[in-house]
Amino acid sequence: MKTFIAFVNKESRHIFRDYRTMMVLFLMPVAQILIFGFVISTEIRDASIGILDKSKDDASRRLVQRLSASGYYKVQSVFNYERDIEPAFRRGDIQLAVVIEQGFGNNLRNPDGTAIQLLADASDANTSQMLVNYCSGIIQTFAIEESGIEYAPILTTEVRMLFNPSLKGVYMSIPGTMAMVLILISAMMTSISITREKEFGSMEVLLISPLKPYQIILGKVVPYVVLSMINAISILALGIIVFKMPVLGSWMWLFVLNLLYILLSLALGIFISTVARNQMVAMFASMFALLLPTILLSGFIFPIESMPWPLQWLSRVVPPRYYIQAIKTVMLKGGGLTYMWHELVTMTGFLVLFLSLSIYKFKVRLE
Amino acid sequence: MNIIEVDNLVKKFGSFIANDHLTFNVRKGEIFGFLGANGAGKTTAIKILCGLSKPTSGKVMVAGYNVSTHPEEVKSNIGYMSQKFSLYDDLTVVENIRLYGVIYGLSSTEIKERTEILLNRLQLQDARKRLIKTLSLGWKQKLAFSVAILHRPSIVFLDEPTSGVDPITRRQFWEMIYEAANSGITVFVTTHYMDEAEYCNRVTIMADGKIEALDTPANLKKQYGANSMNALFLKLTRKETVGLDN
Amino acid sequence: MIEVNQLCKQFGKVKALNGVSIQVNEGELYGLIGPDGAGKTTLFRILISLLLPDSGSARLWGLDPVADFKKVRQIIGYMPGKFSLYEDLSIIENLTFFATVFGTTVEENYYLIEDIFKQIEPFKNRPAGKLSGGMKQKLALSCALIHKPRLLVLDEPTTGVDAVSRQEFWEMLKRLKAQGITILVSTPYMDEAGLCDRVALIQNGKILETNSPEDIIERFNKPVFAVSDNNMYQLLNNCRQYPGVASVYPFGEELHITFSEGSVNPVHLKEFLVSKGIPDANIKQIQPTIEDCFMELST
Repeated sequence: MKTFIAFVNKESRHIFRDYRTMMVLFLMPVAQILIFGFVISTEIRDASIGILDKSKDDASRRLVQRLSASGYYKVQSVFNYERDIEPAFRRGDIQLAVVIEQGFGNNLRNPDGTAIQLLADASDANTSQMLVNYCSGIIQTFAIEESGIEYAPILTTEVRMLFNPSLKGVYMSIPGTMAMVLILISAMMTSISITREKEFGSMEVLLISPLKPYQIILGKVVPYVVLSMINAISILALGIIVFKMPVLGSWMWLFVLNLLYILLSLALGIFISTVARNQMVAMFASMFALLLPTILLSGFIFPIESMPWPLQWLSRVVPPRYYIQAIKTVMLKGGGLTYMWHELVTMTGFLVLFLSLSIYKFKVRLE
Repeated sequence: MNIIEVDNLVKKFGSFIANDHLTFNVRKGEIFGFLGANGAGKTTAIKILCGLSKPTSGKVMVAGYNVSTHPEEVKSNIGYMSQKFSLYDDLTVVENIRLYGVIYGLSSTEIKERTEILLNRLQLQDARKRLIKTLSLGWKQKLAFSVAILHRPSIVFLDEPTSGVDPITRRQFWEMIYEAANSGITVFVTTHYMDEAEYCNRVTIMADGKIEALDTPANLKKQYGANSMNALFLKLTRKETVGLDN
Repeated sequence: MIEVNQLCKQFGKVKALNGVSIQVNEGELYGLIGPDGAGKTTLFRILISLLLPDSGSARLWGLDPVADFKKVRQIIGYMPGKFSLYEDLSIIENLTFFATVFGTTVEENYYLIEDIFKQIEPFKNRPAGKLSGGMKQKLALSCALIHKPRLLVLDEPTTGVDAVSRQEFWEMLKRLKAQGITILVSTPYMDEAGLCDRVALIQNGKILETNSPEDIIERFNKPVFAVSDNNMYQLLNNCRQYPGVASVYPFGEELHITFSEGSVNPVHLKEFLVSKGIPDANIKQIQPTIEDCFMELST
């Protein structure tokens, strides 16, 4: 035990003396959260729209008013002719055009219905899709109110809106950023610190010392568990304080979830270090095998549902996917174990798999 | 005629004085041994002479150019080879030669001609397409030296070129140095083998950033009453060196 | 004591060890002398159980580094070639770490390292990365010794270290030997062979000779002559042209010459040199050095 503590002590000194890396480790998550929260905002606020009101009746004016009152849209232009719409798109004046056909108000109660055309700039497909969805939602509510007739509710993107009613992008990016930062610190830093000993030759001395292989591995891991926990807490605090992110579920589960994910990432890092010969290989392996899938395939930035099926299938072996899902369940839906046992089990499975692989691959000799 | 003129060279890193008022000259065509304990300031001085680092004060002329004001001219007139890095391991023998030829602005006919001469001299014709990493250390170092003087520089700097090389190849290496010096190239060399210090025309021994002695090996031994270079070296530098490691 | 029998180890196409056998006695200072790539590090790594041999066997006090690797590791102190202290830890932190890891304390075995460690103790809070080569070496040796090993294995401890530090290092080894520790050390510097009790000369994975340095020199059966003159390069080229010469090697300010069998005739060589315009060459018979023996054995 004494030797083990000495080892942890030594590791911690390596970490804390390299203050540049420390700064990066602590400042990077903060910067990332701020960037994702403020700059790359996927939520819609005051989107510029254009109106071509061919009807010009009471109902149509109320609809336009309803749109601008929603806070999502700002009426930028009012057109008189259809031919004016396209140039406005080209100039970038508007992102969405709403064309109200003649006799809108009169036809609202007409069984044949009335027509509204929505034109969106599809060169930014994601945003335009959202603009159209919101707009149709508002128009439908409006139509129901005006006509008193119940339409069958359309359940397209409603699920997400349910738990994130204002569709705040930052609610999406905080779990994603945590997934990314934690896997980066845990896996990359441990794999680098183990391969560094190999490269410098000190691993030879550690191997012939009475230290057991598991002590070497655990000794490497413990400081990073602490470091990663501190990071997880700081990201969460930022999300809750600055971006008013709710924590509807239990704090206990949030803690368990983060700990499990950190351990999983560390196991991945150890596994990489048993395969990689030097620090550079370890770094690239962590970058390409862990970081990119976390960003691209975990549902962090691109919704898994809209991926082609081979990628959807691939995303099943990307551990952060389960972490992000479970975090959302706890924080946004307030769900407990019943709603995320599947994710927890999957992550535990990954943890066991990588740990066994690492112990199996860890050599008591050189090559 | 002096090819290197160093006058009151001082180099400081913060409060640490790596080179403390060095003054010495190196004559054209001579083999000049540069000795000293680890951390005595040798590497710092060599970096300045090669135009890689600027002196804090003092005047350093190499091949007729001032290293502070004309480092680029200095660089194109010198060759350099060190024990730590000499050739690219994953390039072949010929690729390495060509690379250095191109870097030093030789025409492709010159490169071709000199490559053949070099390979013949080293008897490496059959190994021309081999990767450097498959050559033994001794061969690698001999080749590295030939490449360092491929552009016929007026001076070549050798930083511990024979470290770890077997005794026979080490001697072959020194014969190549003799040959180069005979053809007019000035050789500036550092080594930890004291018998190699004897091969030099003149040696300087540095300790704690200062020059302790500079003369021919024979004169130095006479002057300090030492019977070998090793004894002389120990006599002059035997104090605990507590400087920053270079 | 150590017994090594017909060890072979191959890496890809390279035969790093090609049937190596040596014997080291208890309490001996044993040197493995050879250039880079001779197989010294591979042999050491097999002995301390970090590598598995392809064939052959080794015993350390009866322990097999393959089967009993855990026990073997308990009796050795090892200083790898590129060691490799933790540069961001201070002198005292490095030492304490290795002491604890090997299940002891600095105080317990301090007497063993006192001699060496007290020289660097004034700087004990300085990070190892900021030490001079000689100081690093002393710290590394202290770290390898702190658990009082029975066998000390030092892989090229003096490579790239200046002559002063080298000499001091060998003095330290002598004192450790006096404490009864068996020491196995490798070096590319031939002149260090004379400082060992016995040596093995090794090249290209083969042992050229094992014996005490004195006996190796004794058994060198050719007379060696030292030739000197002002212009060494000219002298060298001319001696090479002399018909009866077997080998000519520069040795510091002299050339060492051996003659081919039956033509040992320094007087004739002198006449030859005079005829080539070198009137004042000085020729005298000398005792060969280990380096002469090594070169003779390796050709």
